[in-house]
Amino acid sequence: MRRYSYTRAKLTDRAFKYVALSFTAFALGVLVVLLIDIFSKGIARINWDFFRNLPSRHAEKSGIMTALAGMLSLLFFTIIIALPIGILAGIYLQEYGKKNRLAKLIEINISNLAGVPSVIYGILGLTLFVRILKLGNSLIAGALTLGLLILPIIIVTTREAIRAVPDSLREASYGMGATKWQTTSKVVFPFALGGILTGIILAVSRAIGETAPLLVIGALVYVPFIPEGPRDQFTTLPIQIFNWTTRPQAAFIVNAAAGIIVLLLITFLLNGIAIYIRNKWYKKIRY
Amino acid sequence: MFKLETRNANLWYGEKQALKNISIGIEPNSVTSFIGPSGCGKSTLLRCFNRMNDLIENTKIKGEFLLDNTDIYDMDVYELRKKVGMVFQKPNPFPKSIFENVAYGLRIVGGKDRNEIKDKVELSLKNAALWDEVNGILNKPALSLSGGQQQRLCIARTLAIEPTVVLMDEPASALDPISTSKIEDLIYELKQKFTIVIVTHNMQQAARISNKTAFFYLGELIEFDNTDKMFTNPQNERTQNYVTGRFG
Ligand SMILES: Nc1ncnc2c1ncn2[C@@H]1O[C@H](COP(=O)(O)OP(=O)(O)OP(=O)(O)O)[C@@H](O)[C@H]1O
Ligand SMILES: [Mg+2]
Repeated sequence: MRRYSYTRAKLTDRAFKYVALSFTAFALGVLVVLLIDIFSKGIARINWDFFRNLPSRHAEKSGIMTALAGMLSLLFFTIIIALPIGILAGIYLQEYGKKNRLAKLIEINISNLAGVPSVIYGILGLTLFVRILKLGNSLIAGALTLGLLILPIIIVTTREAIRAVPDSLREASYGMGATKWQTTSKVVFPFALGGILTGIILAVSRAIGETAPLLVIGALVYVPFIPEGPRDQFTTLPIQIFNWTTRPQAAFIVNAAAGIIVLLLITFLLNGIAIYIRNKWYKKIRY
Repeated sequence: MFKLETRNANLWYGEKQALKNISIGIEPNSVTSFIGPSGCGKSTLLRCFNRMNDLIENTKIKGEFLLDNTDIYDMDVYELRKKVGMVFQKPNPFPKSIFENVAYGLRIVGGKDRNEIKDKVELSLKNAALWDEVNGILNKPALSLSGGQQQRLCIARTLAIEPTVVLMDEPASALDPISTSKIEDLIYELKQKFTIVIVTHNMQQAARISNKTAFFYLGELIEFDNTDKMFTNPQNERTQNYVTGRFG
């Protein structure tokens, strides 16, 4: 009897393993097919001119220079805006704020904000930054909008990373006469930094892919110049790709594929850098 | 004159009273053991001496707590904690290098001079009987040390801020017998320079290392006397039962 049920448990175990495996394989398979499709269409289109050219009515002469520059400047300003606020807010809420009902409410709200559709942020940005603050459809309006969008992600992951710091370390620090600020900055924050970096990776990856809120605030589809300051108009790579895919000519689809390859590489690169920093950090604080 | 003293000390965690009218005086340059069954308030009293209980919400205290005859609530809490160092039950080194662990206390008081810090780190590690084992690997992570070494590192870290009192809450309970005996030898050495209060569940340990022993029961101080007397001829029946292992 025992033996029978043991064999059964083993069978179930194995069956589950194969089912799980096949689902994983399916997901990966779809991804691979997509990648092969994109690469076979677009890879030949990637050359120096593709990076250097302005957008154009002629697919073959079209390039991503302004879109790329716009996207990178946009990311730069977004990070500058959202990172300090998000990290400080996370530290405050977790380490300094009182743990009462209001705090609980704020916590739930922030988590909810992380799940709000990005178009909503676009509408908020349009009203607040573009219209009320009269920033127009500028780079800075876009960065503020995206900053708001990724703020909850940064706050939530910062809080989680800080919560994971064992109290025994805080006690050790306080026990030596350290102030709250010294304890937070010299013990808690460094310990949590690995986790905070993970949050930043997630946030930046999300910001890179966003198109909808930028379209809502009026990011242009055709920008024949590189933004030179935060008040300039801009476009981004995902918008450029989106624009190309709406064209009927096949040559533009090739451009779109090539653009997607560049976007993917940038995402991988950014993630890679962040993971590298994180691993190095963990090595430093562990072994 | 006492180094540490409480007069009619009471402490409540919310509604629950953890210390009841405790009056105890601890002599300088001695080792005092706190013993008693789990939950009787040993750690709580220990944490009163460096005001670590201030960090716990909803605690209320009454009575007097004195360090060198000064009310510790009239002192700056950060200054107090530099004078009254603490070693915890579980080794809790920072995830930093061995050197930085010991230098931490020096850095938070604004120590900048590199040579001075280096000298003090070395001295503290020697005082904690760890120098010979870590000399040459000071830049390695503290967490790569063994549990016993980590605990001595925590002691060195505390000694570096030059306290006059060292509070130890079951400092050897997570360690093997060899590491434990190293810590005991160390405590014996340290009492030349420091006043030491140690919480322990190990009767032999209390008997071996301490000059005086205090027995607590349900938040009350039942008996406090010379260690010899506590273990051979206690006045209170409860103490007698506890030290002979009849309850606990
Ligand atoms: N942070 C806290 N909040 C509420 N009650 C607490 C807290 N810490 C301790 N207590 C209670 O106070 C009483 C004394 O606890 P304390 O930790 O001082 O006991 P102890 O003698 O050190 O025990 P042990 O030998 O198990 O370490 C216990 O009843 C415990 O439940
Ligand atoms: Mg205890």
